[in-house]
Amino acid sequence: MKEEVIKKLEILAGAAKYDVSCSSSGSNRSNTNKGIGNAAYCGICHSFTEDGRCVSLLKVMMTNYCMYDCAYCANRKSNDIERTALSVDELTELTISFYRRNYIEGLFLSSGVVKSPDHTMSLMTRVAKNLRTLHNYNGYIHLKSIPGASPELIRQAGLYADRLSVNIEIPTEANLKLLAPEKDYTSIYTPMNSIHQGILENKEDTKKIRSIPKFVPAGQSTQLIIGATPDTDNHILSLASNLYQHQQLKRVYYSGYIPINTNDSRLPAIITPPLVRENRLYQSDWLIRFYSFKVDEIVNEKHPNLDLDIDPKLSYALRNPWMFPIDINKAPYELILRVPGIGVNSARLIIASRQFGKINSYQLQKMGVVMKRARYFITCNELSSPTVNEIKPENLKLLLMKQLPKAKKVKYPGQLKLFDVA
Amino acid sequence: MNTWIYDNSFEGFLTLVFNCYELNIFPDIIKGNRNNQPSIFPESYEVITDETKAKRVWNGLHKKISNSSCQLLYHAFLSEICDVELMILHYIREVFESPINIELNFGNHYILEMLKMDKKVTREAQRVLMFTRFQKTTDEIYYASFDPKYNVLPLTINHFENRFADQKWIVYDTRRNYGFYYDLINSTEFRFTENTINRNTGTIDKSMMAEDEQLFQELWKSYFKSMCIKERINPKLHMQLLPKRFWKYLTEKQNNE
Ligand code: SF4
Repeated sequence: MKEEVIKKLEILAGAAKYDVSCSSSGSNRSNTNKGIGNAAYCGICHSFTEDGRCVSLLKVMMTNYCMYDCAYCANRKSNDIERTALSVDELTELTISFYRRNYIEGLFLSSGVVKSPDHTMSLMTRVAKNLRTLHNYNGYIHLKSIPGASPELIRQAGLYADRLSVNIEIPTEANLKLLAPEKDYTSIYTPMNSIHQGILENKEDTKKIRSIPKFVPAGQSTQLIIGATPDTDNHILSLASNLYQHQQLKRVYYSGYIPINTNDSRLPAIITPPLVRENRLYQSDWLIRFYSFKVDEIVNEKHPNLDLDIDPKLSYALRNPWMFPIDINKAPYELILRVPGIGVNSARLIIASRQFGKINSYQLQKMGVVMKRARYFITCNELSSPTVNEIKPENLKLLLMKQLPKAKKVKYPGQLKLFDVA
Repeated sequence: MNTWIYDNSFEGFLTLVFNCYELNIFPDIIKGNRNNQPSIFPESYEVITDETKAKRVWNGLHKKISNSSCQLLYHAFLSEICDVELMILHYIREVFESPINIELNFGNHYILEMLKMDKKVTREAQRVLMFTRFQKTTDEIYYASFDPKYNVLPLTINHFENRFADQKWIVYDTRRNYGFYYDLINSTEFRFTENTINRNTGTIDKSMMAEDEQLFQELWKSYFKSMCIKERINPKLHMQLLPKRFWKYLTEKQNNE
């Protein structure tokens, strides 16, 4: 490997950094025949950038040459930037060498579109194929599908990758067409559908024949850019929840729009990316996936956008005071989960422990319940705080907002595993 | 005060538990004595590690509580937190003396504490898996140092064996001064006798570094730098996620000379 690769890597990593997907979870590829690597099911971060995002994969573009001209993208054709490309061999060697030093969990490869979507897609697939077949590499591989790539190529890529993603980017088709004239929903949903189809068929096949190779075992994901268009949170979360249900996507990532091409009049004039909104969307997504909330309980026509002052779970509780207080010693798990200040962990501890006797507020605190919040929404053995109904939701909101530490109100990036929605 | 001394090993501790029940005396203080020096505590009782006795306690525990709760105890033990042995002993007594299985009663102080300690220890082990950086030597051995808060090295070996099955490696705990060497088949515990590594940075001497090692370190550093989005910089969060105590062994956090 030569020194000049440093320069290329700098450019192409810099070009890929805006893609938020970083997780390497969901695959449990084991090391076969004493090769190199395996994929840990829950994924492992290896470092954190100074902006507080996790680094678990070598996230890089194959090339930042691109024939498309998407308004929100730094690599669009009309931008005058330094362009370069890494070869298939350079990419495989980088991946293997980084992996052996425990820098990374694997590779996340994306690319600008060169020559044609199919040409680009097949080059990316070759990287994955070489890693698996020539180097006996079992670590994680995520390929970002090129919009418009043919289903056959996507099928091939899926045999070597752990995850495939097709980025939707803009939550409505009309707005996408405005900002990315060469793309449309067909070019995005066609590959998405064929990945979904491939996963379903693979599931059926493995039932019959054990040894069949896995097809994208970590599933597929997508990314939505937030704040580049006037789409509401209601619209965004409904789209996400639809994707979870009907395409069985593993993750939807939300990426606060970062103003890169500031002179483009199709884009809103903002200076800082909408980080708080991005975080609220992740919290809502979390509630939908792990707390069995439905989208319209979080946002709906009457309440189309998330409250930026408080997290969505507290916001829900304050809009539905009639549900409270909840009796910690009697209520079912699902209801306990709805109490602000109680997360999945403490809810489980409560359920497990109460068969041994009544639980009091001191024990709740020990179990990790944030009593400062929860106390207004529960009754337990002896606790006699005024409830949300006595204080009135609007007063309680002010009271709880005052208690929030300042830092949390300002910044909190989205893709952390430890979420503050308790 | 009733002081008991054991040899710091988990087996030694389990033997201690056995002796407690045998003599029906329970210590007020438990001290580890790693180097087998003559005891400095007057009127103390010295436990002699006995594999059979340790096994009996361990099996007895498995009859009373689940496998995962037994693991919890072991993890708590590795924390080396002050007086953790007494805590575990308390837990064991409650378990043995209760007619029903109480491992899920998190309203109980000792049971909840054990869970919390397990969390701390497994988190630290996880961090070692995250923040270990190997350097390749001229004889193709990948070397890594770390300095974990708790004694978690034994919990990580399996992971490294599975992941790096086709390369020789060494992982070394500089705080406790022991490590493991994997020779493509087995990993064995060992102790460095000479100073072949820099204790402050964990880096190996340049003369021992493989030819392309430095290039890959540079590549990784420049990659790490390029990934940062300056519009989102957040030093406080960065510090929280990547605690400073790990920086000294992290390639990407080392300054270029
Ligand atoms: S196709 Fe991708 S790389 Fe090309 S301009 Fe659009 S977003 Fe950027």
